[in-house]
Amino acid sequence: MIQLLTPEGQRVEGGTDAADYTAYVDALSDEELRGFYRDLVLIRRVDTEATALQRQGELGIWASLLGQEAAQVGSGRALAPQDHAFPTYREHGVAWCRGVDPLNLLGMFRGVNNGGWDPAEKNFHLYTIIIGAQTLHATGYAMGIQRDGAVGTGDPDRDAAVIAYFGDGATAQGDVSEAFTFAAVMNAPVVFFCQNNQWAISEPSERQTRIPLYQRARGFGFPGVRVDGNDVLAVYAVTKHALEEARSGQGPFLVEAYTYRMGAHTTSDDPTKYRVSADVEVWKLRDPIARFKAWLAREGRADSTFFDAVEAQADELALHVRRGTLEMPDPDAPSMFDHVYVEPHPLLAAEREQFVAYHASFEGSHS
Amino acid sequence: MTQLTIAKALTNGLRAAMEKDPKVVLMGEDIGKLGGVFRVTEGLQKDFGEERVIDTPLAEAGIVGTAVGLALRGYRPVVEIQFDGFVYPAFDHIVSQVAKMRARSLGTVAMPIVIRIPVGGGIGAVEHHSESNEAYFTHTAGLKVVCVSNPEDAYWGIQQAIATDDPVVFYEPKRRYWDKGEVGIDAPTRGLWSAAVAREGTDCTVVAYGPMVKTCLQAAQAAAEEGRSLEVVDLRSLSPLDLDTLCASVEKTGRMVVVHEASTSGGLGAEIAAAVTQRSFHHLEAPVLRVGGYNLPYPPSRLEEDFLPDLDRVLDGVDRALAF
Repeated sequence: MIQLLTPEGQRVEGGTDAADYTAYVDALSDEELRGFYRDLVLIRRVDTEATALQRQGELGIWASLLGQEAAQVGSGRALAPQDHAFPTYREHGVAWCRGVDPLNLLGMFRGVNNGGWDPAEKNFHLYTIIIGAQTLHATGYAMGIQRDGAVGTGDPDRDAAVIAYFGDGATAQGDVSEAFTFAAVMNAPVVFFCQNNQWAISEPSERQTRIPLYQRARGFGFPGVRVDGNDVLAVYAVTKHALEEARSGQGPFLVEAYTYRMGAHTTSDDPTKYRVSADVEVWKLRDPIARFKAWLAREGRADSTFFDAVEAQADELALHVRRGTLEMPDPDAPSMFDHVYVEPHPLLAAEREQFVAYHASFEGSHS
Repeated sequence: MTQLTIAKALTNGLRAAMEKDPKVVLMGEDIGKLGGVFRVTEGLQKDFGEERVIDTPLAEAGIVGTAVGLALRGYRPVVEIQFDGFVYPAFDHIVSQVAKMRARSLGTVAMPIVIRIPVGGGIGAVEHHSESNEAYFTHTAGLKVVCVSNPEDAYWGIQQAIATDDPVVFYEPKRRYWDKGEVGIDAPTRGLWSAAVAREGTDCTVVAYGPMVKTCLQAAQAAAEEGRSLEVVDLRSLSPLDLDTLCASVEKTGRMVVVHEASTSGGLGAEIAAAVTQRSFHHLEAPVLRVGGYNLPYPPSRLEEDFLPDLDRVLDGVDRALAF
């Protein structure tokens, strides 16, 4: 497993596979490193606030990313502007790195839309609920990049790659295997990024796989690497490398970010029914934010003024999320008929008319 | 005018669409060098290259799932499913992803994908090669579903299906692939999305699509010899339904029989019967009747002639409608 930062916040230098990746980290400025920390803290705060909003009845459900912040920020910050991300429904940290307002994510969980952002605007595609389906979309998109001649040209602004996010549970789905097959035989520029958080709702990884997941790539004919998913530096470096390989025409790459889902699968389940708290306590000691903060402070790359400023920013962001959620309007009801087809559809047009007239009849009866 | 089989009309239609728009790509199993199991894509890989005529791995979910990604990138994938019974592994991608992407993106994303499916029985095939599964897809909002019955509609229809920004399930009647007919070289005068009156008549309307249109036209010819005038409507678009044409016909004849190969329960005939009855009730002299496959798994091919509606069963349906 690639690790560049121990849980105690010590840099792992050389002597292992890690040495291959240190250059990526060495190239980062202090400002960029502080930016990683800011991302980690802010997205955790969004998550905390969203969980609270769900408990207060303002969101129907929430899928927490608690514990997976480094896997998402590390990989999200490794993306080039022209790369495309295909998320599942928990990639709030990646969305953040792509510049998607967290309120756009909350809309789906509040029930005002089914994914209300334009994927083309931020190169961040819609959340996918059906487990693993997006890995095929990502692969097809990567095939499109190939056909556009935007891979392996050597032009860093032109060459693009796709990253597909999924969990350990998704690896049991046929779609993920088919995506691996297509990507491999097409040599498509796609990085498969598995956040192995060790739980598929209540089922542990042993119910999904018999071998370490990163080893699956070998059977499909492309490289796979396991990285400490709670180490933002290692995730960044490994993903950056994988994306570079894909962009340069080397084909797909599997990154398994080994992490832990600290919360429930969603706010609807109760992890105390299926896992022991001792495990959670062990993983608390591997917290991605604490270790990175310790390293930044020890190295003198950030001081208490910075850390305090980030906390203040988090407070502000939490307020934005809370206010924005409470003020989020329900969609205009007839609009549900509007976006089903591009071309006019006589049945839908008639139903829309009936719907509007039916509701108008109630308003009329009140007047 | 030129004489073409339905299969060749489709090949020419695909070729025309590919020449017109470089974003059109074909995907499927065996569609390259072999030209597809029905040879519909014959010669296209040679002329357009492997990047545009893609021989895929043998994985239907993969074919449609990656087509979604290509469409998101601005391509117009035309996917070939080898046989009707092989579409089920791709079902999730068609009904949950392709059909819903536009609605869930609030209109920012289009899915200009055509899913070509050779459909229906009558060729003596083994199981899973003869099914009529259109009702699964007509039941799904977000999809358009069409079924062509003749070379002219095949040639123009495939081009219209590719040109629309909405996803289309495009059924091709496999036992009619080798039927020849005239194909006009001018632009289509009728849209793929509207029904066509294939034969005018006054006593009873017979509605069919795809492979059953020919059977119904034969039935109408036989009925004419006995002094009965049947109007045959070729539905072409199964979703959305062209109720205007259907109701205009039934309001003229007062009777309607819907014919399809698919099992009748929960089938498209039920939808047509309900929709037409609702709109044209006062013009009906008889209930809208259905003639379809029995409610069975598709039987072994030695029994398919008993399973599939034929000319006599269509005429029997007409007799029942006229007896009211």
